[in-house]
Amino acid sequence: MTSRLFQFAAPQAFFPIAGKLIPWFAVLAGVLALAGLYVAFFIAPTDHQQGEAYRIIFIHVPAAWVSMFLYLVMAGWAGLGLALNTRLSGMMASAIAPTGAMFTFLALWSGALWGKPTWGTYWVWDARLTSELVLLFLYLGFMALKAAIPDPVRADRAGAILALLGVVNVPIIYFSVQWWNTLHQGASVSLTRAPSMAATMLLGMLLMAFAAWMYSFATAFSRVRAIILERERDAEWVRLQRAAA
Amino acid sequence: MLETSALACERGGLRLFSDVNLTLAPGGLLRVRGANGSGKTTLLRTLAGLTRPAAGEVRWRGNPIGDDYRREMLFLGHAAAVKDELTVLENLEFSSRFSCLEISESKIKSALESLGIARLADLPARYLSQGQRKRAALARLALSAGVPLWLLDEPFAALDDEGIAQLRKICAAHLAGGGMLVLTSHQDVEIACAAAWSVELRG
Amino acid sequence: MHSFVSVLRRELQIALRRKGDALNVLVFFIVVASLFPFGVGPEANQLRAMAAGVAWIAALLAAVLSLPRLFAADHADGTLEQMLVAPQPLALVVLAKITGHWLLTGLPLALAAPLIGLQYGLPADALGLLIVSLLIGTPVLSFLGAAGAALTLGVRGGGALLALLILPLFVPVLVFGAGAVTAGLTGINPSAHLSLLGAILAVSSLIGPWAACAALRVALD
Repeated sequence: MTSRLFQFAAPQAFFPIAGKLIPWFAVLAGVLALAGLYVAFFIAPTDHQQGEAYRIIFIHVPAAWVSMFLYLVMAGWAGLGLALNTRLSGMMASAIAPTGAMFTFLALWSGALWGKPTWGTYWVWDARLTSELVLLFLYLGFMALKAAIPDPVRADRAGAILALLGVVNVPIIYFSVQWWNTLHQGASVSLTRAPSMAATMLLGMLLMAFAAWMYSFATAFSRVRAIILERERDAEWVRLQRAAA
Repeated sequence: MLETSALACERGGLRLFSDVNLTLAPGGLLRVRGANGSGKTTLLRTLAGLTRPAAGEVRWRGNPIGDDYRREMLFLGHAAAVKDELTVLENLEFSSRFSCLEISESKIKSALESLGIARLADLPARYLSQGQRKRAALARLALSAGVPLWLLDEPFAALDDEGIAQLRKICAAHLAGGGMLVLTSHQDVEIACAAAWSVELRG
Repeated sequence: MHSFVSVLRRELQIALRRKGDALNVLVFFIVVASLFPFGVGPEANQLRAMAAGVAWIAALLAAVLSLPRLFAADHADGTLEQMLVAPQPLALVVLAKITGHWLLTGLPLALAAPLIGLQYGLPADALGLLIVSLLIGTPVLSFLGAAGAALTLGVRGGGALLALLILPLFVPVLVFGAGAVTAGLTGINPSAHLSLLGAILAVSSLIGPWAACAALRVALD
């Protein structure tokens, strides 16, 4: 079993598998997103306090969930690479980071758009928005560090150490921001206190979260294929691939 | 006994050398030769355990190199590891204490004398010339007779004729006492020894 | 243990012969904190409410300013290489460097902080809290900062990159450190803040040196 896993962990073996899986994940992402948006716009009831504007929650909350989840996945890959010295792990971490940063940005952007009609201001120092902002900084730091080290193997290992350092700190940061928020503002202006959760709303958010997850697979896999080709450009199998194409 | 098996190293995704198999026995001298950029320094740093090989391994007394190895190995790189703010004496005291060498005032003094820098002992290292700085770093060798394996990267660079002669003497004494020496060098400096090998790295 | 003592002694010896370095960081800390009133106006109540945050942010910036030098000189002159090949545990060497960094930057900042507190009109008990919070919190900056300094060692644009990597990790220290003083000002018991700050110190004293050692091995690979 483990040897099979290691076999797929070789970039050369993973390259065609990822290529075959990408269309499936892309289609799944599209179908789930359509279903989620249908629930969001046509099934979920209008909120009696916030009116229609609250519907942005179907983008905001799934994006926030997936952005945090992707950071964990990225750190997991990075840690695996550091411990087992597998080449693919660092490449996967590099491939996931931009998608994670994109969802973090989406959560911030949608939070701002939600804040304007609801509280008349684009930015509130709400606990979730603030945590997302710090998370965005962590993603940017990870990508900046990897970009600044020219040797890919060293960049992978340094990035892995940073990601692990970040993953220990994320819960501490999240907790400290929560604490800071309740102490300074009370919960009156907070995105965290969403309208009372109806079952259909949860369904819509879950569908959107799964759509975002499948989208992450598709983009990370296509990005990792590009990274594999770039790093293994001198390898025999890449040359054969190029000759065949 | 130092051995490597099928050693390969990469730098920035480029393969520098591969399939390097070396064996070095007590009293043996190994010269690493090669053009600029052929990986001489990388090979030496790999032998010191600083750089991780892309393939193969380095073995010491039959085991993969680890904590015990660092007790029995001395590595001097390009940079002299001499602190500007400290005097020559303080630098030597620190570096030898840090490598767990037995030192005494008289030993330190004779070490400085053997490289002709005893009169500079109390001078802050910032006032040293390039060659004097190199001598200050090499003075540690005179205290390290008990360390079996020496790995020296370009030890003769920046030294004048007198310095080269002094270093040759120290190296020859080390080898005669059953020590092992690996060095990279552009100059072909003769060192008296029982058995000498050389390895040529090609890109 | 003797390697810890000898490295620490050497750090202090070198710092004593280049007093300017540590002094500049301290002056930077005071200058930054003194700039805020020019930006926000001299209104006494507002300044008092800002005092802890300003002192703490100035401390974070001063730490970030001093961190690139933590390993850079040793890296450039080959000392770091010797530390990695020496028969001494690298963790002890790193711990000694971190301790030296705190003694030369964190501790002086904590002791100078009342000066800023007085500028901002903090009452006596809040001044005490500011010192205590900085005494517990600044070692965290050295522990996590050492990891950042090691990760950016020899990397181009290292200073700005170091700030980007490490400042987000300082958020909890800022929240609980400045929060303790503000809590004291508003009559809330600050012990919860200080305990949490202590917990963060405990965590960072484990992960900081680990990450710094691992990163140094990568940087010198």
